[in-house]
Amino acid sequence: MRFDNVFQLGVKELRGLVRDPMLLVLIVYSFTLAIYAGAKALPETLNRAAIAIVDEDRSPVSSRIDLAFTPPYFSEPHLISQYEMDRRMDAGLDTFALNIPPDFQRDLLARKSPTIQLNIDATRISQAFNGGGYVEQIVSAEVAEFLARTRNAQTAPIELTLRARFNPELKKAWFGAIDEVITSITMLSIILTGAALIREREHGTIEHLLVMPVTPLEIMVSKVWSMGLVVLAASALSIVFVVKGWLAVTIDGSVALFLLGAALQLFATTSMGIFLATVAGSMPQFGLLLMMTLLPLQTLSGSMTPRESMPQFVQDIMLAAPNTHFVMLAQAILFRGAGLEAVWPQLLALAVIGSAFFAIALRRFRTFLA
Amino acid sequence: MSTTAAAEAPAAVGSVVHLEGVGLSYGKTRALESITLDLPSGCMVGIIGPDGVGKSSLLALIAGARAIQEGRIHVLGGDMASARHRRNVCPDIAYMPQGLGKNLYPTLSVFENIDFFGRLFGHGKAERHRRIAGLLRDTGLTPFADRPAAKLSGGMKQKVGLCCALIHDPELLILDEPTTGVDPLSRRQFWELISAIRSSRPGMSVIVSTAYMEEAAQFDFLIAMNAGRVLATGTPAELKRQTGADTLDEAFIRLLPEADRSSHSDVVIPPRGPDHDEIAIEADHLTRRFNDFVAVDDVSFRIRKGEIFGFLGSNGCGKTTTMKMLTGLLPVSEGTARLFGKTIDAGDMSVRRRIGYMSQGFSLYSELTVVQNLDLHARLFELPADTIAARVDEMIARFDLADIADALPDALPLGLRQRLSLAVAMIHAPDILILDEPTSGVDPVARDRFWQILAELSRKDNVTIFVSTHFMNEAERCDRISLMHAGKVLTSDSPAAIVGAHSTATLEQAFIACLEEAIADTAEPAGEPATASPPASASPTPARRRSAGFNPTRMLAYSRRETLELRRDPIRATLAILGSVLLLFVLGYGISMDVENLSFAVLDRDDTAISRDYSLQIAGSRYFTEKPPISDYADLDRRMRAGEIGLAIELPPGFGRDVSRGRHVEIGAWVDGANPTRAETLRSYAQAIHANWLAQKGRELYGEAAIAGSYQLEVRYRYNPDVISVVAMAPGIIPLLLVLIPAVLAALAVVREKELGSIVNFYVTPVTRLEFLLGTQLPYVVLAFANFLLLVGFALTVFGVPFTGSFATYALAALLYVTATTGMGLVISAFMKSQIAALFGTVLITLIPAIQYSGLIDPVSSLQGLGAAIGRLYPTTYFVTISRGAFSKGLGFDTLHNDLLALAVMVPILVIAGAMLLKKQAR
Repeated sequence: MRFDNVFQLGVKELRGLVRDPMLLVLIVYSFTLAIYAGAKALPETLNRAAIAIVDEDRSPVSSRIDLAFTPPYFSEPHLISQYEMDRRMDAGLDTFALNIPPDFQRDLLARKSPTIQLNIDATRISQAFNGGGYVEQIVSAEVAEFLARTRNAQTAPIELTLRARFNPELKKAWFGAIDEVITSITMLSIILTGAALIREREHGTIEHLLVMPVTPLEIMVSKVWSMGLVVLAASALSIVFVVKGWLAVTIDGSVALFLLGAALQLFATTSMGIFLATVAGSMPQFGLLLMMTLLPLQTLSGSMTPRESMPQFVQDIMLAAPNTHFVMLAQAILFRGAGLEAVWPQLLALAVIGSAFFAIALRRFRTFLA
Repeated sequence: MSTTAAAEAPAAVGSVVHLEGVGLSYGKTRALESITLDLPSGCMVGIIGPDGVGKSSLLALIAGARAIQEGRIHVLGGDMASARHRRNVCPDIAYMPQGLGKNLYPTLSVFENIDFFGRLFGHGKAERHRRIAGLLRDTGLTPFADRPAAKLSGGMKQKVGLCCALIHDPELLILDEPTTGVDPLSRRQFWELISAIRSSRPGMSVIVSTAYMEEAAQFDFLIAMNAGRVLATGTPAELKRQTGADTLDEAFIRLLPEADRSSHSDVVIPPRGPDHDEIAIEADHLTRRFNDFVAVDDVSFRIRKGEIFGFLGSNGCGKTTTMKMLTGLLPVSEGTARLFGKTIDAGDMSVRRRIGYMSQGFSLYSELTVVQNLDLHARLFELPADTIAARVDEMIARFDLADIADALPDALPLGLRQRLSLAVAMIHAPDILILDEPTSGVDPVARDRFWQILAELSRKDNVTIFVSTHFMNEAERCDRISLMHAGKVLTSDSPAAIVGAHSTATLEQAFIACLEEAIADTAEPAGEPATASPPASASPTPARRRSAGFNPTRMLAYSRRETLELRRDPIRATLAILGSVLLLFVLGYGISMDVENLSFAVLDRDDTAISRDYSLQIAGSRYFTEKPPISDYADLDRRMRAGEIGLAIELPPGFGRDVSRGRHVEIGAWVDGANPTRAETLRSYAQAIHANWLAQKGRELYGEAAIAGSYQLEVRYRYNPDVISVVAMAPGIIPLLLVLIPAVLAALAVVREKELGSIVNFYVTPVTRLEFLLGTQLPYVVLAFANFLLLVGFALTVFGVPFTGSFATYALAALLYVTATTGMGLVISAFMKSQIAALFGTVLITLIPAIQYSGLIDPVSSLQGLGAAIGRLYPTTYFVTISRGAFSKGLGFDTLHNDLLALAVMVPILVIAGAMLLKKQAR
């Protein structure tokens, strides 16, 4: 492999990119606005959950409960009748419906242990779990306070003081921003290398290269470094100016270490792009393969839902995807301030996966050119 | 032939096309400058001139394929600036763009291609079949009716293109360089065909641009153009008389302005010096097979150093394959190829340095300027760094590229691009040049200059040149030539000897004779000459004129074509269908909100029975997995940073004692906040377990009375009582898959036509924008709907998701939804210019909004900012509601009608947006 060839061919790729203004606009968009919108759109944990209350008691304690549900966690509760409840839940207007029975206060004070019913729309699975817990806490706090005021009841002397580390207010925007950066890195690197290779083939320029003293390895490495560099530079700028600056996310760890991880991730994903392009016969086929690759990478790598909650076989399969390790690494470095001593397994995994993808893609690329 | 009422009146003037002050610019480049012309009707009008003088632009303007910028153009008696007139006359105009088979659909068969045009012009089935049969018979294509257009030779492609143009009995036939790149035999057949058609339809006007002067000499009326201006008009005889020249070639050169002409001189190739005996290129029984097709069959020849060796033959006879084997691009099936006595090894870099290769199509980087291309190649060929600048300058001077050094190749006329290609092929001073049809589509003046350079290289620098061509005057300049046909070399000798052997007057006749002999031997019907019988297309029933308004027949013609293309590419449909099922499976199981196996560890500073009981309470919960105890704060910090533990609990010293005595105790707990969703869950579970433990302890310490006076909270999870993720997720994933895959399929449909050139059919046929878009969309809607049914079936059977609502409503919603999602793809497709940008744009507008803003994970009602706005406008949001309602909530039309309405409104909006972004003419 001649480094000069690799360098020259890479410079050619970069020049080609500069000539496609539409592509540049899309790249800039996906590292700025897309990240901002993605980070800002996510509700801060439980946000404005729709709740309705069927208050059949209309007593001081039930009104306490009615008033306790306030934004930002919950939207203003709708006070509805029993009859309306089913219809509203069917239409998806409410995620929670709390039913306070008649004579609740009287029974409560009479130590009859009355029952409040909480209906949860379980199809809204993300709010169903956490929100249910919140509703429970709020109701119990209100009832306890009411009881405490009415008859000096004993309060629990044992307190659990929960603190969230690394992201004390549990701001989802922090997490969302990094998640978007990772999505953009993966998406762009695969599209830029893969689609560019297909275009070169459709325009016959790949064949032209092969009559020159240039090896497939040199062609492939040149694409990997040039497109990798573009995406790496864009993500570095994005972390510094969009994530840290614009979105004001506190980044604990070393950005340089994160970028080292990103470089390894790009090594793997650009190889993946080349591999997909050699498998696809045409641009439409490439488009389909692209969607089929991006979707699982995006949803199953642990950035959208925690890995622990996936079935074991999905967790195992996803260990072969670079994104899984990259998400772990990004969270560890950027939020938990982890250093090299903590994230070396991920770096190693990325290097191994990247090398394997590169080797496979190179093999395919050689046969593809022959 | 009746034309529409609007076009009838001025037809008597005798001019079919009237141009007045027509000008055209591409950005800063001026392509046409105040052209004023009248083209006589019923004639064969030829446009001649060098490359890049605006011939193609002028023809595209006349055909209505390109929008008028300046001046007035009247065609068939009406103003082409008026969309109404264009719609009225386009059934009377047929336009065949430049490039072999550029407006054909490569995967469709010959019959299907012609049939598609027949449908666009509204012929009935019987009518179409009759016409197609007649056209195929006249063009000798009948035996190839079922062959895909991609597998035809260049000459045959041009004939199919002509059939497509003639199917609707045009009044005006516009042919843009129809014979460029076509071998002499096919070229002769092509013109015979045209004259047969003209004799049967005397009223038809034909406008042709051509680079072959011998063809132009046969035309009725000629327009000579240069640099966007008309130099002269008149019959060939008049032009010759005006300039006092004997041949049209000469006449044309004399018409050129002094500056252009001065550089031209007749090509004189000095005889070769004393024979070098060194063999530069040697092919020894070369054979190349593609599966069972033999492309090159036992070919042998030897080319001596410094020789110019010509390669002639019909299109698709194996010339290019042979050349590729000699460059090492294609492996040899049998036989050997040697360069300077060394067997070619594709991996041998030293051989590549001795060869300069110019492939048939332009294959340099269009994103690099002329200088950058030269510089890149110089570096790749490892020229010493200090000599590169000088060498690049030398090539620029030698090939006269100084004026365009900083231009991009796309902006250059073909002739200049070919010169650049040659300069690039020569940059490393190779010993051998292999040139595959280097002058195809290049005008006579530029061709002569090109050959002048070749002569110099051969005679002065002793470079061996192996060149293929369709031009006989070029073949005559070679030292020796080989004639190839159907993979075999027919004859190989000096041009004069070949003419002598066939005792013909010219090399062209010798060539044709030789070919016809070979064809007769193999009984291959490819060269069946056009019959002189009047073409059947002159029919008693004229094409039905239904050009105004929306026409379902034309729309369905596009649908049919798109369907055929989809069927010919089974991988695409299979990928779409199987891929989505696979994704449903993986995502259905994978995206899960069931939070289990959360890791926790305890820093127990008390280590008493009570503190251990507290830890056991958490460890016993099915949600938590206990990790080894934490030793101290440093350990806690390290392990939390590494992400090993999600929840850390610190039980203070004296915990057990204080609890027993009812003193205030504070338990410290830390949650890993890096993933806020998970942190929330951890937090609420920890609190619940803590409360449970308290209640239990309370009972132990104070008896049942402690909890009495409280209340119960009964939680009912509705619609999905067991809170199984897959039951909740599958109805949400189906909408996700039905936006991603249909959108990306549709997104490439139109932009692909733009990139590959067949979009011109849309420009010049009576198809409206709506017909075109809806017709293209329909097959994708059907495919996506089939996909929907499969996904639902899969969810019901494999995942066992219960379906409780109205299936009819759900199916109706799905139909609206996939129409909207394919519509989104088409909007992107209509807007973008390149496939890459369309692909990228589609991924951006589908993947992120569909996953994040459509209520799949977080309900849209709780989103905020831009994301919430996108969510409310995005079709997936509504279909997710419908899908979950129909699957889990037992809902039907009465509850879901608002969401259905939202989807129904989006469909026409998207279709109209697509139609508005799509241009009916090139700009």
